[in-house]
Amino acid sequence: MIRLERRREPSRLWSYVTPVLAVIATMIAGGLMFAALGKDPFEVIRTIFWDPVLGEFAFYYRGQLLIKAGPLILIAIGLSLGFRAGIWNIGAEGQYIIGAICGAAVGLAFYPMDARWLIFPLMILAGAVGGFLWAMIPAILKTRFNTNEILVSLLLVYVAEQLLASMALGALRNPEGSGFPGSRNLRRYESSANTELFEGTGMHWGVVAAFIAVIFAYILLNRHMLGYQIRLTGQAPRAARFAGVRPNLLVVFCLGASGALAGLAGMFEVAGPAGQVSIDFNVGYGFTAIIVAFLGRLHPVGILLAGLLMALTYIGGEAAQSTLGLPAAAIQAFQGMLLFFLLAVDMLTNYRFRFGKREVA
Amino acid sequence: MTLAKLLTGAALAAGLAGGAFAASHSEPVKAGFIYVGPIGDGGWTHEHNIGRLAVEEEFGDAVETVYQESVPEGADAERAITQMALQGADIIFTTSFGYMDPTINVAEKFPDVKFEHATGYKTADNVAIYSARFYEGRAIQGHIAGKMTKTNKIGYIASFPIPEVIRGINSAYIHAKKVNPDVEFSVVWAFTWFDPAKEADAATALIEQGADVILQHTDSTAPQAAAAEAGNVITFGQASDMSEYAPMPRVSSIIDNWAPYYIDRVKAVMDGTWETKDTWDGIGPGMVGIGEISDAVPAEVKAEALALKDAIAAGDYHPFTGPINKQDGSVWLAEGETADDGTLLGMDFYVEGLTGEIPN
Repeated sequence: MIRLERRREPSRLWSYVTPVLAVIATMIAGGLMFAALGKDPFEVIRTIFWDPVLGEFAFYYRGQLLIKAGPLILIAIGLSLGFRAGIWNIGAEGQYIIGAICGAAVGLAFYPMDARWLIFPLMILAGAVGGFLWAMIPAILKTRFNTNEILVSLLLVYVAEQLLASMALGALRNPEGSGFPGSRNLRRYESSANTELFEGTGMHWGVVAAFIAVIFAYILLNRHMLGYQIRLTGQAPRAARFAGVRPNLLVVFCLGASGALAGLAGMFEVAGPAGQVSIDFNVGYGFTAIIVAFLGRLHPVGILLAGLLMALTYIGGEAAQSTLGLPAAAIQAFQGMLLFFLLAVDMLTNYRFRFGKREVA
Repeated sequence: MTLAKLLTGAALAAGLAGGAFAASHSEPVKAGFIYVGPIGDGGWTHEHNIGRLAVEEEFGDAVETVYQESVPEGADAERAITQMALQGADIIFTTSFGYMDPTINVAEKFPDVKFEHATGYKTADNVAIYSARFYEGRAIQGHIAGKMTKTNKIGYIASFPIPEVIRGINSAYIHAKKVNPDVEFSVVWAFTWFDPAKEADAATALIEQGADVILQHTDSTAPQAAAAEAGNVITFGQASDMSEYAPMPRVSSIIDNWAPYYIDRVKAVMDGTWETKDTWDGIGPGMVGIGEISDAVPAEVKAEALALKDAIAAGDYHPFTGPINKQDGSVWLAEGETADDGTLLGMDFYVEGLTGEIPN
């Protein structure tokens, strides 16, 4: 007889072991699926997990890993603050878009002036402020009218998408683009380009910002009063109130910080890897970051690793598609398996198996 | 040595190797394809994939093809294209408008790889562009639609407000109006190339508003299914024949036929005669096909439609022949004047009679 017993406290050991276990379980289940599709499972797993880091073209892929992981980590760090306090910003995608639009608009307003020292910092500021203000909409509605921030922030994503389309077709459209949608290429304009710090490494300013955010979040959560309040609010909201936490201020801080970080991510993306404001500029980083935040156990270092792992499945998955002829759906299923197993093995952190008969109390 | 130099070096090596192999025919030429949707979309990507298979069929062991499907337009596309170039592709076809800047960026790093970008406007020494004159097919659709509609309301599911799509709307409208002065168009902008749920919603909404003809410039068969369910609504296959919905609701289709072009361009790489160029072919050269007009269409309408097709194919008739005014009433084309390609390629206005605004 096997039964489950809830642990009094989540197991520390298991919380470290389970992610590794989940990756192994995914490799086995995914391997079976790839075998069923008629591919050599070892080759596929190697292409996804090994080649991008240590394979023949790793010099290119390693940089791409950072490019893909950068915005995920940056956004997820912001989200994790709110998630810890039970404040659910689901609309990071929208804040990401608005940050990109604001950053790009500032850069394009100066075109073709040559003053990188002024323009690029201004764009960074505009990106952060844009994301912050967009996140203030659900924050103020929540604190004033007690609306649900999950719904408001999520629905604002669709508003942001419409705004993005209108910008790409109207105000920010490239005047030399013969009527086609899309702005000028920011990466080709010296003063606005979010260039790589060392060429070919993928290390652009957004990645640097992501690393800085990880460090700041770590200090905030572990060494700072505000971090304590965030954690306390998440674990015991009533107790937090007695301890002097002002819930409204916390809502504003958490949504504002996550909005600003998402806006920054959008700005760095539009000025770097994406290069231009286009109708379909956003590809879901804001939503994937929610997964990354939970995958990383809402812990800054965990998020850093989760972001890199997520990026690896994307990049390795793409490589497997083009080199091994796997369908895109198989890769998506594989990523789904990873998330499924991560959540499933989470049970081991909170529960333990008991063998034998239940003792009579 | 910086990584960028290394990258270029690797590219050069790959390119040189590719060239040498091509000359000796000992190693197959590698052709890569980047798709915006899944190959099973039943529309746009499906037809590009058929073109790829035709290349394989034509050259057998002398060619190797690779593809990647559902590649988002933007930063991810650049990686997907780079990846193919790194892995030794000699020619890469990027088959959606949004791949334009990524294609140009990658092409700069791989001067010895040939790139072919569909439906864009930027070229380089190693980047050619190609597209089809879909508006010719739209003229025939418009004619049939105008004749067939009973409610005089035609619904149009548009993707993105780019010139290619606007041309299609204008061309269909002009020819529907010609045979039915009471016809009205409602255009829904889906802002996607492929999203079955969104496309089905758009079709249902248009049908509920009284449209009994649905035209689509999106890639899935979802609008066909929505029309079939509603009954008494006709549709046209888009990009692919979509004949599984014939004879009703699908009464005809525009078929993209990329195979001859792809075969021709891969051959040019093999022979070492590849050069950048700008291809824009229509019904005449066979890049645009008109799918069989089903029996749901009266014989007389069918005959007219086929006559229109022949006239366009032969070059006797241009779908944009004046007098045509712009939406604001200003004159665009005078009596007998035909549109020049430059205006068509950058078309960002509706013709007179269309209501609503192009999203801006």
